[in-house]
Amino acid sequence: MEKLTTKASEEQLLYAKLLSIGTWIGLAVLVITFFLYVSGVLEPVIPIDRLPSLWTMKATDYMHAENLPHGWGWVSLAGHGDFVNFIGVVMLSGLTVVCYLAILPIFIRKKDKAFIIMAVVEILILVLAASGILTAGGH
Amino acid sequence: MRMYKVLPLFLAVLALMALATGALASDPHAAAAAANMTSAAHAAGEAAVPASATPWWVWPLVLFVVTFVLGILAVLGGVGGGVLFVPIIGGFFPFHIDFVRGAGLLVALAGALAAGPGLLKRNLASLRLAMPVAVIASAAAIGGALVGLALPANLIQTLLGSAIIFIVIIMAVAKKSDFPNVPKPDNLSAALGMMGIYREESIGKDVEWHVHRTPKALLTFVLIGFMAGMFGLGAGWANVPVLNLMMGAPLKISVATSKFLLSITDTSAAWIFINKGAVLPMMVVPSLVGIMLGSLIGVKILAKTKPKAIKWMVIVLLLFAGVRALLKGLGIWP
Repeated sequence: MEKLTTKASEEQLLYAKLLSIGTWIGLAVLVITFFLYVSGVLEPVIPIDRLPSLWTMKATDYMHAENLPHGWGWVSLAGHGDFVNFIGVVMLSGLTVVCYLAILPIFIRKKDKAFIIMAVVEILILVLAASGILTAGGH
Repeated sequence: MRMYKVLPLFLAVLALMALATGALASDPHAAAAAANMTSAAHAAGEAAVPASATPWWVWPLVLFVVTFVLGILAVLGGVGGGVLFVPIIGGFFPFHIDFVRGAGLLVALAGALAAGPGLLKRNLASLRLAMPVAVIASAAAIGGALVGLALPANLIQTLLGSAIIFIVIIMAVAKKSDFPNVPKPDNLSAALGMMGIYREESIGKDVEWHVHRTPKALLTFVLIGFMAGMFGLGAGWANVPVLNLMMGAPLKISVATSKFLLSITDTSAAWIFINKGAVLPMMVVPSLVGIMLGSLIGVKILAKTKPKAIKWMVIVLLLFAGVRALLKGLGIWP
């Protein structure tokens, strides 16, 4: 066990650094892509003026009505104004996994077995959630 | 700043909520649009939410203004943006509750991601305290999100309304302890090293802390994570009392670790909503930018205001939104 100090640990500081960089890049991407969307620079898959008749639907009905792909299927539509926004959304949502992957080697070096296991389990949980496996077939 | 100076903010939220509800109610195409709802939605017991003939751009604009005000109120009231966002936007805007919860999770996630680095660097948010809790809460949040997206909207609204009223009660009665007395750490927290030291500037001392009742708290986080995923609320309202009162972490450590914890819990649930198609950029981006800008202003106002008075204003607002969600779910106030 490390000696306690008021200073944040090495892994905590690395986590903070990556989180900070990733968050601001993700937010910037989100705002820029949204501008490309609403300004019409990139043509959306679903015309914007049709959205009010769609956002009242349950998500599964909306996907079905517009024949939209589930899971990572949005990647094939990322050249369109509405789906390009998912790049920023995915960056923000994927940041935690990146941070965990970065601090895992520190726990390994410190031979902190409990936290190695916890980091690996957390990575697996998040990757499973992100993979779309859990939501597949829910049409 | 006195309470009456913040009153316009409160009234602005109410006015915009009334505007949103009114625009929907007076829409001449509402009935026709409602008829276009898919039969599958009706078969599933969905509340028929009519589409609006209001120009599309009005909604993101109003959403931005409302979330900007909510961002200010969230900081002043000491609550997360997600817990205000979901019941208020879900209750007074035409969006389906699936998309509201998806946006709510991303709003809470973005706030946690933005606050996390500073809290970790200052050693107020503790990675060693958060990681064991995060494993439990994030797995439970996935379960909550999957169940929540499978349930019909009227049932979700009813459960959400009940949950919000429960949260209001917790906010109103729960006490907080700056430095809880923890005579001895439990075996699990001691083995995992869930302890630390931080500099408490208000008393000019280094404060050493450790926690107890860890197994009981971890079980509680199953429920908290599930609710966070199901309702898209974020979970600061529950994380803080559990970390502070049950586990005995100092209040500052509890608040900071809770905020950081949301960045992990909400991530897992957010992926489920993304993969299920319950994320609409037209809702997410104006809400996210609005609430973050509002939070920045809120932090500045906080220095000059009396948080206790504002806290009660937020509680009343939340209670109103909770009752609205409950009545909407029960079909009494559609």
